[in-house]
Amino acid sequence: MSNSASLWSDALYRLTRNKAAMVGGSILIILILCAIAAPWIAPYPYAYQDLDLGAAPPSAQHILGTDILGRDLFSRILYGARVSLLVGFVATGVALVIGVSWGIVAGFFGGTIDSVMMRIVDILYGLPFIIFVILLMVIFGSNLWLLFGAIGAVEWLTMSRIVRGQVIGLKNQEFVLAAKAMGVSNFSMFRRHLLPNILGPIAVYATLTIPQVMLLESFLSFLGLGIQPPMSSWGTLIKDGVESMEEYSWLLVYPGITFTITLFALNFFGDGLRDALDPKTTDS
Amino acid sequence: MFKVFIKRVLMAIPVLLAVATMTFFLIKLAPGGPFDAEKAVSPQVLKNLNEVYNLDASQWEQYTDYMSGIVRGDFGPSFKYPGRSVTEMIGIGLPITFELAIYAILIALVIGVFAGVLAALKRNTLLDFIPMAIAMIGICVPTFLMGPLLVLIFGINLEWLPVAGWGQLAGDKILPSVTLGFAYAAYIARLSRGGMLEVLNQDFIRTARAKGLSETMVVIKHAMQGGLIPVVSFLGPAIAGLLAGSFVVETIFQIPGLGRFYVEAALNRDYTMILGTTIFFSAMIVFFNLLSDLAALWLNPRSRDVS
Repeated sequence: MSNSASLWSDALYRLTRNKAAMVGGSILIILILCAIAAPWIAPYPYAYQDLDLGAAPPSAQHILGTDILGRDLFSRILYGARVSLLVGFVATGVALVIGVSWGIVAGFFGGTIDSVMMRIVDILYGLPFIIFVILLMVIFGSNLWLLFGAIGAVEWLTMSRIVRGQVIGLKNQEFVLAAKAMGVSNFSMFRRHLLPNILGPIAVYATLTIPQVMLLESFLSFLGLGIQPPMSSWGTLIKDGVESMEEYSWLLVYPGITFTITLFALNFFGDGLRDALDPKTTDS
Repeated sequence: MFKVFIKRVLMAIPVLLAVATMTFFLIKLAPGGPFDAEKAVSPQVLKNLNEVYNLDASQWEQYTDYMSGIVRGDFGPSFKYPGRSVTEMIGIGLPITFELAIYAILIALVIGVFAGVLAALKRNTLLDFIPMAIAMIGICVPTFLMGPLLVLIFGINLEWLPVAGWGQLAGDKILPSVTLGFAYAAYIARLSRGGMLEVLNQDFIRTARAKGLSETMVVIKHAMQGGLIPVVSFLGPAIAGLLAGSFVVETIFQIPGLGRFYVEAALNRDYTMILGTTIFFSAMIVFFNLLSDLAALWLNPRSRDVS
């Protein structure tokens, strides 16, 4: 693995030269810091109501205005970022664990195990998973952890295919055969030999999964099936904004802009990461 | 080719059976009975209700009854709207959702393929960059944001188009169809650009040009057939996405289609309606995936020869 350092530093070099990816990455870092620091930098607590004020357009006191209940929109967007980003990262983590394990096992063992496992993936691909997420939310109630699990359980399929393909490419290489000949156990084979070599594609796909997960969460919240009040995510803010957009358009516009910029940033950063780690693949 | 076809169709049957079974028992896990209301019902009424809806039978009996009902096209009664069956609701909502989906997919195909092919042919010019930048917007701006924004601009500020409804006011079908179609137009544009770029560098295209065919002929007759295979394969999964999109679009524009019925059923916990529509949606999606797989197979001469 002596060339791994140069592979990563090479990738880093290419990534830093990609302006779109760097802008995307910077926006993401700022957003994450803001989300973490929300309790300190938000001008008002997220449930603080100024009922006398009601819905007010942006002003010096409330830079993005207030909603119908007189709550500061800027603060609510900051707190919403915590939930939206948390869902994005945690649910992607769940998808990552399932997808990577599934793909490594299928690719490494091959044969019947592989064809059965991949056939299951094929079948699941063809199902309306979004409906199952809704079904789970209806049956068990909209619980934040269930939401993570349900979304993660939906998004692992492509990851498992990518990992399987990579492992099949690796498993007949000499270092793997040597490790096998030395009697390395399957688990440490996965952990020590296969996983480090496929981190690149995994990182790329994970970055591109986060926006999809965030979209799914806000989609559910928009329909009223995801995050429930008094908690708010960007999805619920957009939902509230839509309900009152005729009179108070800022309630839709600002959360919408924030959400769109975040998705842009994630997509650009993910694309840049892909180009940096794997120069062969091109934009589809 | 025929063998593949039979194999795929045979595989779809156990899948649907498994989905129906899983959904049925998942719904049974839901807490609370269907007649738990704020106003308590007398035990005798509850007993009668349970009898009418066959809820006092054993789980297994209910399951077999339900399954044989589905085969006959009977999805049982709706728990929230007494006197209306789930099959009736599907019958009312499906044509509307179907019409919406058709318009959306047509918009997506026409705009997407045109933009994608143009971008591929004029690679690295403004005619490539501008459509692809718009496509990126289409991918990043979700339907539930795009719809309200279009309403805000064209419905409320400019007052060009109605803001809601379906088939009641002139032009009220435009905004929902565009909202639903836009995201797919973006995906299709990217896919057809990628597919065309791959094909345009191949030998048979050079041969076609060398034998003196006009550029239009080369593009339409030779390049597009191969270059658009990714688009055809995408159409199957796109149906599933269109369905999810119809939930949002029908909610925003208050369209009485199947998607809105489904969301309402989910919010009202109308379990039989959820069960029936879930199974119905699954069947539809499996069917369209099958169709698009077969179309892609048929279009690709290599897989045609092998099987």
